[in-house]
Amino acid sequence: MDIEAPSYKWVGTRPVRPDGIDKVTGRAMFGADFSLPDMLTGKILRSPHPHARLVSIDVSKAAALRGVKAVATAADIPEIPVDNAFVGDAPTNFRHWSSNVLAREKVLYDGHAVAAVAATSPAIADAALALIEVDYEVLPHVIDVKDAMRDDAPVLHDDLFTAGVEPKPDKPSNVAKRVEFTLGNTEAGFAEADVVVERAFRTKAVHQGYIEPHAVIANTAEDGQSQVWCPSQGHFMIRAACAKLLGIEISQFRVFPAEIGGGFGGKINPYLEPVALLLSRKSGRPVKMVMTRAEVFRATGPTSGAALTVKIGALKDGRIAAAEATLTFEAGAFPGSPVGAGCMTGFAPYDITNVKIVGYDVVSNRPKCCAYRAPGAPIAAYGIESVLDEIAQRLDLDPIDFRLKNAAKEGTKAAYGPQFGKIGCIETLTAAKDHPHYGAPLGPNQGRGVAAGFWFNFAGQASAAVNVNEDGTAIVTYGNPDIGGTRASMAQIAAEVLGIDYDKIRPIVADTSSIGFNDITAGSKTTFTAGLAVHEAAKDVVGQLRERAAKMWDISVDAVVWENGVARPASSNAGDFDPLALADIAAMAGKTGGPISGHASLAATGAGPTFAAHICDVEVDQDTGRITVVRYTAVQDAGRAIHPSYVEGQMQGGVVQGIGWALNEEYIYGSDGRLQNPGFLDYRIPVASDLPMIDTVIVEVPNPNHPYGVRGVGEVPIVPPMAAVTNAVASATGVRMTELPMSPPRLLAALENGS
Amino acid sequence: MIKDHVSTTINGEPVEFLCDPRQTLLDVLRDELNLTGSKEGCSSGDCGACSVMLDGRVVCSCLVLGAEAEGREVETIEGMAQGETLHPLQRVFLEEAALQCGICTPGFLVAAKALLDRNPDPTETEVRYWLAGNLCRCTGYDKIVRSVLDAAAEMRGK
Repeated sequence: MDIEAPSYKWVGTRPVRPDGIDKVTGRAMFGADFSLPDMLTGKILRSPHPHARLVSIDVSKAAALRGVKAVATAADIPEIPVDNAFVGDAPTNFRHWSSNVLAREKVLYDGHAVAAVAATSPAIADAALALIEVDYEVLPHVIDVKDAMRDDAPVLHDDLFTAGVEPKPDKPSNVAKRVEFTLGNTEAGFAEADVVVERAFRTKAVHQGYIEPHAVIANTAEDGQSQVWCPSQGHFMIRAACAKLLGIEISQFRVFPAEIGGGFGGKINPYLEPVALLLSRKSGRPVKMVMTRAEVFRATGPTSGAALTVKIGALKDGRIAAAEATLTFEAGAFPGSPVGAGCMTGFAPYDITNVKIVGYDVVSNRPKCCAYRAPGAPIAAYGIESVLDEIAQRLDLDPIDFRLKNAAKEGTKAAYGPQFGKIGCIETLTAAKDHPHYGAPLGPNQGRGVAAGFWFNFAGQASAAVNVNEDGTAIVTYGNPDIGGTRASMAQIAAEVLGIDYDKIRPIVADTSSIGFNDITAGSKTTFTAGLAVHEAAKDVVGQLRERAAKMWDISVDAVVWENGVARPASSNAGDFDPLALADIAAMAGKTGGPISGHASLAATGAGPTFAAHICDVEVDQDTGRITVVRYTAVQDAGRAIHPSYVEGQMQGGVVQGIGWALNEEYIYGSDGRLQNPGFLDYRIPVASDLPMIDTVIVEVPNPNHPYGVRGVGEVPIVPPMAAVTNAVASATGVRMTELPMSPPRLLAALENGS
Repeated sequence: MIKDHVSTTINGEPVEFLCDPRQTLLDVLRDELNLTGSKEGCSSGDCGACSVMLDGRVVCSCLVLGAEAEGREVETIEGMAQGETLHPLQRVFLEEAALQCGICTPGFLVAAKALLDRNPDPTETEVRYWLAGNLCRCTGYDKIVRSVLDAAAEMRGK
């Protein structure tokens, strides 16, 4: 698979991560681990109702309680007008986030924040919350996405008119948006098809399930200058959100990145941070806030539950003739489900002439949904890859051969617009087919399923600095929180460019005032984008090292080359000089022009799309309906794995989250609109004893837009598992499950109906 | 509320503290003693991020009251390395990339050490069931389970 097979010294190796010792000894400082002298505890009062008008909020008794230093409601933050809801070209609607952080006029879900207090102890803060008097006018609520689309459904937002339809609707509804992507003519395609399969599917809302609850500490001095420490997937985003939501200038505060205990998309957006900053500014004291697990489930995340229909037609020879899908996604209380990405990714692994995908973004009385690892794509893939499996079965084709016959390749035009450049879809499917797992025998009550997946990967903005120290070591400074080992990748990239050892380099994730702007750690972009910035900054250093050597030798800089960590004359014509190592040049920096410091700030493009192919074996207990995954192999194009262990880790982690989505996890609401399972006991994520080892195969089809060929790797591994598990269950039982999760009672009922 | 005076042993050192009778051992470790290596993921005993040893038994410190530490021996993640020498589990976790975000790692290490203390040669299944009370959302457990098995083999001198 290794097309160019270049030889690297550090890229592709597996060094111990630079922050490792701190994380195995308990030293690493995560969000809740910070404390400051004179610190207050902040807590939030949350709505017990799924939908209600806030008639009045009386905080006077709470504010009068001894030990309470600040109380806040939405009245303390500026209302953000509709025409000023965005910052720059980022897609975040801050008007919505403002109303999500502290409810304004209405509460829209069980757990919606209503008011906040800061007090001298947690017990006093709790007592203060109990003294806040809220007069709710309870309104009818709607939880299910299909119910929310009905004409008689309770409407959440009076100013929400469906976008993307003509003519513009004359009355508000819960359907925020309709999107459509088409290619060719599906009607004509279906007319030619020999076999057509159409199915409807449902999936439930699932939470990102990071183990670290949201936490923050904010501190404000008398001159209004503030500091915020928090875990997030982007402290520059937290800065932007706090500035926008509170109406303060960015220069008035710094955001420091705490170590982040998992995010998966769920720590992109602001929840506690602006509130803690507000309480700190009101009280003039440090305020620490930490969510309980129940708050995490009720008020953050999750990703959308969905209803979808998929219709695919194929010819006898296995060519797909036409494909249609309608995806209806829950957005939660405010618009913004990932339905667009679901529509764009679902059919992307395939070269199909006639495609039509329609998506609906629908609000209902649930927490505002948030990104979750390849947002939208796993849901679309679940339906589409299930139907593809059924077609392969009907046509008596091997499911991987069927996919290979239709696989996207260089030059394929995807329904969502672009024409693919160099991609690894075929290589990935082929590697799956060639894996020993694919031909291994199955035991009784076992079945095997396969599924493919696609993710775009993102690029975006990043800044990095490489500072050479006087002893010949170097500090790499960048601004993307390290959520899963990226410090190691940054140090490897810098070591590769500079030609010095990995352990001579210390990577640092800097605060918002210590490095230029960086987009969030998301979209599988950090190793690609921040890595590019580090690469460019290190190249800047190499340029300076050559200049310094030229100066020390008194020759032209063009006559100096940098190879394997030393400056040499480019040829014997340039002169006869002993090579100068980085440390030699660094020691003379003060006499040759001052500190050696490389910088890069860039807006990257060309993140290479990536593909995955998964093989899953399950065993079904026919008596209880329990499904056990007994073997799993994930194959994925990484472009180039900088640190293969962490690429494998991303693949394994994504697979297991997908297995949880397929088998166990779901948000369960009562008829009262309240979340019934806001804890890890009843919202059951996979545990070690549920699982086998997750085998991985890294395929490397280098991304031509990156110096090492990197493609993002973090997200695509969650795309295929739900379909792979479902297809394996169909193979084991003959029953095709069209609703997730496939919990034992659901499968048992289906087995009884199906047989 | 009148605070309790508690005398206990933490990581081999005598420690005294005052705590609110309602405070959990986890709260005491983190908020009173600044031992923040034990993490709070759920406060209901479901995630295992707060795992510590209490008189040689692994417990969720969020389910133990601080006052219950009176006269007992507590071992936390902070006591696992001996000076600059990591415990083999800590070192193998790093070598084999058994952590991504790292929030669950202290709990896994404490629980895994408790397993190896009583069973130096566990099977994969034994490791998986022993660690079923520790949640990790990043790794899918593969590299964690392998690391425990490999550290066990190393400690047996293989």
